[in-house]
Amino acid sequence: MSVGLGHYLTVAAILFVFGVFGIFLNRKNVIIILMSVELMLLAVNINLVAFSTFQGDMAGQVLARFVLTVAAAEAAIGLAILVVYFRSRGSIAVEDINQMKG
Amino acid sequence: MNGEIPALLPALPEIILAIGAMILLMLGVFRGNGSFTQVTNLSVLLLVICAAVMISEVGGERQVTFNNMFVTDAFAVFAKVLVYMGSAIALLISGKFLAEHKIDKFEYPILVLFATLGMLIMVSANNLMSLYVGLELQSLSLYVLAAMNRDRLRSTEAGLKYFVLGALSSGMLLYGISLIYGFSGTTEFDVLATSLQGEGTPEIGIVIGLVFLLAGLAFKVSAVPFHMWTPDVYEGSPTPVTAFFAAAPKVAAMALLVRAMINGFPALIEEWQQVIIFVSIASMLVGAFVALVQTNIKRLMAYSSIGHVGYALVGLATGTQAGIEALLIYLAIYLTMTLGAFAAILSMRRSDGMVETVDDLAGLSETNLPMAVAIAIFMFSLAGIPLLAGFFGKWFIFLAAVEAGLVPLAIIGFLASVVACFYYLRIIKVMFFDEPSGAFDGEHGRSVSLVVGTAAVLNSPVSFLLISSLAGAAAWAANSLLFQ
Repeated sequence: MSVGLGHYLTVAAILFVFGVFGIFLNRKNVIIILMSVELMLLAVNINLVAFSTFQGDMAGQVLARFVLTVAAAEAAIGLAILVVYFRSRGSIAVEDINQMKG
Repeated sequence: MNGEIPALLPALPEIILAIGAMILLMLGVFRGNGSFTQVTNLSVLLLVICAAVMISEVGGERQVTFNNMFVTDAFAVFAKVLVYMGSAIALLISGKFLAEHKIDKFEYPILVLFATLGMLIMVSANNLMSLYVGLELQSLSLYVLAAMNRDRLRSTEAGLKYFVLGALSSGMLLYGISLIYGFSGTTEFDVLATSLQGEGTPEIGIVIGLVFLLAGLAFKVSAVPFHMWTPDVYEGSPTPVTAFFAAAPKVAAMALLVRAMINGFPALIEEWQQVIIFVSIASMLVGAFVALVQTNIKRLMAYSSIGHVGYALVGLATGTQAGIEALLIYLAIYLTMTLGAFAAILSMRRSDGMVETVDDLAGLSETNLPMAVAIAIFMFSLAGIPLLAGFFGKWFIFLAAVEAGLVPLAIIGFLASVVACFYYLRIIKVMFFDEPSGAFDGEHGRSVSLVVGTAAVLNSPVSFLLISSLAGAAAWAANSLLFQ
């Protein structure tokens, strides 16, 4: 059996859904949210590279590069904000992020 | 692929802004922490220079560069003028507050400059790639700005919430982009528009991608199913940052949404119109009803901004030139109203801290009548009372909706604005008829008074004189977008 575009898209869709659920269902730790975000972005990258390869068009791979770069910057900023938050709150549990209702 | 240098002129203001921001960053680093005022003033100057260069050198002709990634036209010029104004005014009114809260660090103006650069790229994006990069440049700067007051728990919590939900929305946006790219084979708006034109029924993959893209962008404009971050971020962030959030990024994200829909997916108008109509109705209703029970002014302004985004989206939902024109007029008026209101909130402080709740405003008319009158003008204008600027904004929007046959949408919008009147009028009632709860410190800096005064005059019935030239400019801008 050969691996076709559909297989790649399925894997990417499953990973993306894992990422979204990781953000919403996780009640423990903000670090897990950061990992879920990363998972979502990487799922998108699988999509982009698969489309790019099967269409013979470079644009998707260029965009995948941008996504990787931005994901790195985003993780850096996320962790920095998390450290600052931890310093004033003393905890990074999701249920402790409750100073403001909503 | 050729090795030629792309035409730099269309992007000249952005290039100047990028280089200038980096030079100012170096200046701040070498001068140390005492350089806040200097860097802020130079940043405002830089924004003014970039706006002047854009108007005089780039102009309203449609030009594309960087392999069609970057486009500039009258629509971009109009939206960018608003973005420049929003950022420069937010910088002007923030100095005093930040100094008092001991967060007057030079990084603040630098981050505002980089966020502005991201917004300019968003407005000029002609490709899903430049759209993404501009959006992220803006968002990443805004996350840091929200957490600017890093010793205060609420500010860092606002930053964290904004970051998590912003990252989620970026993920959805990107997933949408990947599907659109995969099923249409291009990321360029113009090519996308022509390739989608011929088909009878659009491919399901493109429609799903479009919905994901809309979800991501709706988050950035804080339209209703994706608005949950707005009240918390507005409440937690330092007030000058909130003023900045409420003004320029909204304009930029809305301009981006308009360009993506009108230039990229004109053939799929049936699909995105439904989504925009739903989002717009939901935003108007949530903005009107949930704000009724708010006691914190910043939360109230957050719901107010959600409602206003709903009204502006009515203009996009029409999909006609008149609708886009009305949307641009609305954004310009919204900018003056919201910046004025936030400058007024910023200017009020007591010895024991900032004014945060509506009740703190009690009896303001007796302690500081000019400020009470100015706030009353902003509230009447936000409510859309006739003869004030906000009324013209809503008038053009509902007119465009009725002309496009969206009568129910206009009626819902009108009813929502009647409900919204209640909480705006409640603020006025508290200011003018309640017992004073103590005077405010008078000292709040000249630039804040200047901004409050100018915005109040612009929103007062004087706007009657200016509305025709604003409408002319908006028509010029909308025209360049639709019939290129």
